[in-house]
Amino acid sequence: MKIVCRCEDITEEDIIRAIEEYGCTTLAELKQILRLGMGHCQGRTCLPIAAKILARKTGKSMEEIMPSFRPPVVSIEVGVIAKKVKK
Amino acid sequence: MKERAEVVVIGGGINGSAIAYELAKRGKEVVVVERKWLAYGATGRCGAGIRQQWSTKENALLAKKSVEIFEKLEEELGHEIGLRQGGYLIAIHDEEDMKQAKKNVEMQRSIGLPVRIIGEDEIKEIAPILDPKGMEAIAATFCPTDGHANPFKTTYAYAMAAQKMGAEFYKFTEVQDIKVEDGKVKKVITDKGEIETKWVVNAAGAWSSKISKMVGLEIPNKPVRKEAMVTEPVKRTFDCMVISFKHGIYFSQQDEGQILGGIPSPEEKVGYYTQPTFSFLRHMAYTLGKYAPPLKHVRILRQWTGFYDVTPDALPILGETDIEGFIQCNGFSGHGFMIAPMTAKLLAQLICGEKLDMDIERLNMSRFEGEIVEEKSVVG
Ligand SMILES: Cc1cc2nc3c(=O)[nH]c(=O)nc-3n(C[C@H](O)[C@H](O)[C@H](O)COP(=O)(O)OP(=O)(O)OC[C@H]3O[C@@H](n4cnc5c(N)ncnc54)[C@H](O)[C@@H]3O)c2cc1C
Ligand code: FES
Repeated sequence: MKIVCRCEDITEEDIIRAIEEYGCTTLAELKQILRLGMGHCQGRTCLPIAAKILARKTGKSMEEIMPSFRPPVVSIEVGVIAKKVKK
Repeated sequence: MKERAEVVVIGGGINGSAIAYELAKRGKEVVVVERKWLAYGATGRCGAGIRQQWSTKENALLAKKSVEIFEKLEEELGHEIGLRQGGYLIAIHDEEDMKQAKKNVEMQRSIGLPVRIIGEDEIKEIAPILDPKGMEAIAATFCPTDGHANPFKTTYAYAMAAQKMGAEFYKFTEVQDIKVEDGKVKKVITDKGEIETKWVVNAAGAWSSKISKMVGLEIPNKPVRKEAMVTEPVKRTFDCMVISFKHGIYFSQQDEGQILGGIPSPEEKVGYYTQPTFSFLRHMAYTLGKYAPPLKHVRILRQWTGFYDVTPDALPILGETDIEGFIQCNGFSGHGFMIAPMTAKLLAQLICGEKLDMDIERLNMSRFEGEIVEEKSVVG
């Protein structure tokens, strides 16, 4: 068993199963089905590895398998941002 | 790709997938054409809250009937959908709000919803994390059977069940034109080939007005950018969705523990602009901290945008049009997820010539020719 996404506890087998069962061809679909890359590190660790698995299984190039990007870049406390409101 | 199908559904969101299932279940040959992947549109970006507390009877009934379907859906489809019924708590801020709330509750109770008005003490009992002072709330309405389902799981559950019964889904396939002959739909033209058909269902979400134009029909829908955010997961602290029509905020705690929510952003625009804004995040964080002070210490993981497909009365456009065989299923504004199960069932009944479980004449696009009754209970 190889862990690919440490934050969300997802293995290589989970990814391969999702690709085969649901016919996923993109990282976006793997995110939706498995929560891959939705954890604390925002996929910085797991998405490149998952992209390689996808490329291998689907025959697509790494460039085609682009992740979407949702800010902020690093997680930040609600209260810290709330302080930025000018009253 | 098939060259011919009885029904072509455009859009692989919750609505397109659910309609495909309801049609396949009735033995119709149906294909779904999706430009990207399933749940790429609003469905994959939504709060997925399920609320029956509406000011118009149409929305309230569609939502109530949908909840009845949601409650049995895992069993019916054979897949998990992540349904959780923790209720919706809607803040009442002043006497005027209270007047509208009383009116809404009366109508909602008349159709059998277990809604009630609760005071500050009960707000704190239901969700101890809330601060009625910070919320500027004098009371709230609460419906315990409202809730949430996982939008990805629900969409895939419908799509997988539909495929099992013979429906075909064409991903990464874009509808580019629709051919009409003698006032009837004839053929759907995609970038991967053409499909001859008698029925076209326009479930293209925020792109529905573009699809309508292909058959020469104008609909008043506008794509409005909406933003949302999610925090890191924390220990389960509350079960209900919290919303306010005055502040426009909505937030709830998801199954995995994250807090997910949204609020209208100061830079809200009409059009297909997708860049998330810092001003949204600031406004959201500030208001969330007021509503639930302990959440100030929770970290925000990500923010994103999606589109509401907004109609002038915030009610969907459903049903037949002047073009024979062209069916509208769009204009869901901010609540197309929660009413999808019933919407899909009704449109499938319409296409199959069955008797409809509920009258949807009022939701036909022809209503825009007369006076419109606006839905008032909108957020986000
Ligand atoms: C931030 C946010 C929060 C929300 N919160 C809630 C909520 O709490 N509860 C709720 O009920 N609703 C909510 N909504 C609204 C809800 O998401 C939508 O009403 C619902 O998902 C619409 O589903 P749909 O299947 O009709 O459309 P969509 O999910 O938008 O699907 C339309 C699909 O059509 C495809 N398409 C478009 N053009 C073409 C073409 N030419 N060819 C082929 N395919 C095409 C798109 O790629 C897309 O996948 C929210 C929306 C947003 C943006
Ligand atoms: S390892 Fe996958 S989100 Fe962090």
